[in-house]
Amino acid sequence: MTEPLLRVRDLKTYFVTEHGSGTARAVDGVSFDLYPGETLGLVGESGCGKTVTSLSVLRLIPEPPGHIRPGSFIEFAGRNLLTLPPRELRAIRGNQIAMIFQEPMTSLNPVFTVGDQIAEAAIVHQRLSRRAARARAIEMLKLVGIPDPAQRVDHYPHQMSGGMRQRVMIAMALVCHPKVLIADEPTTALDVTIQAQILELLERLQAELGMAVMLITHDLGVVAGSADRVVVMYAGQVVEQAPTPDLFARPLHPYTDGLLASVPRLDAPPARARGRLHAIPGQVPAASDWPGGCRFHPRCPYAWDRCRDEEPPLLDASTGEPGIHSVRCWLLTEPQRRTARPVP
Amino acid sequence: MTVWNWLAVGGAAVLALVLVAEIRRRAATGPTGRRFFRHPTAAPALFVLAFFVTVALAAPLVTPYRPYFQIDITRLANHAPSEQNPLGTDPFGRDVWSRLVYGARISLGIGALAMLVAVTTGVVVGGVAGYFRRWVDATLMRLVDVGLAMPRMFMLLMVVALWEHVPLAVLVLLIGLTGWFGTSRLVRAEVLSVREREFVAAARALGAEPARVIFRHVLPNAAAPIIVSAALGIGNVMLLEAGLSFLGMGVPSPAPSWGNMIADCWQKMAVAPWCATFPGLAISLVVMALNAVGDALRDALDPRKEVA
Repeated sequence: MTEPLLRVRDLKTYFVTEHGSGTARAVDGVSFDLYPGETLGLVGESGCGKTVTSLSVLRLIPEPPGHIRPGSFIEFAGRNLLTLPPRELRAIRGNQIAMIFQEPMTSLNPVFTVGDQIAEAAIVHQRLSRRAARARAIEMLKLVGIPDPAQRVDHYPHQMSGGMRQRVMIAMALVCHPKVLIADEPTTALDVTIQAQILELLERLQAELGMAVMLITHDLGVVAGSADRVVVMYAGQVVEQAPTPDLFARPLHPYTDGLLASVPRLDAPPARARGRLHAIPGQVPAASDWPGGCRFHPRCPYAWDRCRDEEPPLLDASTGEPGIHSVRCWLLTEPQRRTARPVP
Repeated sequence: MTVWNWLAVGGAAVLALVLVAEIRRRAATGPTGRRFFRHPTAAPALFVLAFFVTVALAAPLVTPYRPYFQIDITRLANHAPSEQNPLGTDPFGRDVWSRLVYGARISLGIGALAMLVAVTTGVVVGGVAGYFRRWVDATLMRLVDVGLAMPRMFMLLMVVALWEHVPLAVLVLLIGLTGWFGTSRLVRAEVLSVREREFVAAARALGAEPARVIFRHVLPNAAAPIIVSAALGIGNVMLLEAGLSFLGMGVPSPAPSWGNMIADCWQKMAVAPWCATFPGLAISLVVMALNAVGDALRDALDPRKEVA
């Protein structure tokens, strides 16, 4: 396989909580690779550490209260981003690694025109003149499919709809043709038809510009449609990672199972056709107080003694090439237990 | 006072009226402007300010004498207001109206410039403290605490007393540099809240350096309290200048400022009340107008004040 573009190893991002009562281990030993040109889906419930992981990559974690633990390692183009001096880090942000934020409503500065904001990265990184930057902004607006780009460039964010603002955000992120795009829930705040348009747009731009995309989402439908590989996170850890078709065909972690079962389906089997959608019982525990053993065991339908006492490592579950499908679950060592209780 | 002077004063008044009407017409198109003019005192206050500024700019046209000219140098008598001297003359035989108009240049000028110095300093200090937080914030804010704890008037008097003749530029700087503490606190508080908004993270993700983030993304979104504190600040500074000048430590005679005009006259209050009264009225009127404009701006720039 080719060399990964971005290599994250044992990333630990902790937050000191308000009253000094403890440390929230929001991201606790996450490792994954991002290869050139691929789309990697990062999936999990709210509070599982997806966003903190993505912010850590660009070192946008507010410090204090947050800090990335020594020993963590994020390698991009042969350099560890976590030890890079601020000036060199800024040269990478927006230029080689760009980010799209979740809320198109609040991620645009209300006092500047969208053209100014799209041009900003080009002015910062490529020292473009105002005139050239404006021309580039218009070009980018056209690229992301906004009609009348020459007029829209002078509009303010409040004059645009949510979908258009998300397109503007994408234009902002892509203006320097980054190698990596981190998209943090790019479609969550949009309605479904717009969601599909934005995802299609991202896919088209990815193909045109040849960048790698880290797609953070809680929506498995989005993952199924656009990701090549999936990393499932739970409680600050990676619990399963696999190529997308593999994950959907053969989910190994009970948490992945639960997530898949919680997606509403039109072709639901009769057993589940009672009108109730499956939900994983309980909630993600607080990050300052992860359960011992397997962190999922209080919510797991199969949990037994070993799950309470011993934390499982990431175990290789690949059927083909080694290492492409791994899962953090003891069930892998005792597969007969899975049949002991049916999938709810 | 010639007919031409009267006509010029009238012209200035008309110009000020037209100016206010024009501003009002333009403001009516936006919600902010409408909120501003909803204040009953906003339009009159703007008129007062516009009138004083126009008159001060056109000083040679609206005044019959130079501000230093002693009309009746042999007797040095205070003439009561008359057709010749509409606001009377002062103990040195100078025309009060002429001095009032030229004094407006100095008093308003010092007010505006010193406020500019104060607001600029306050915005930079507050912006840096609020954005970087931690030890930067702690250091700067302790400095501000010290500044706020010092009695400003005595501090100014002390510094001014060391000079024989204080140049106006130094006076402006002194007043400005002792007046930014409150503004910096205000700005810091606003920056602390704005910096947590998502577009600030987005700007940092673009690779913008701290100065760019602070001055382009954070501060423009904290403009409302800055503008309001500037408007209220001018009035404050003018009062301070008047006080200093009254004590003989501000604008040196014979240059006219509203403060030293009162200083020249207060001993003759019983026999020539016009001489100190009119500059005093001018100060009160302008400061009141500035406060009214500040209040109206405060309401206008706060979108939460939008009522049906």
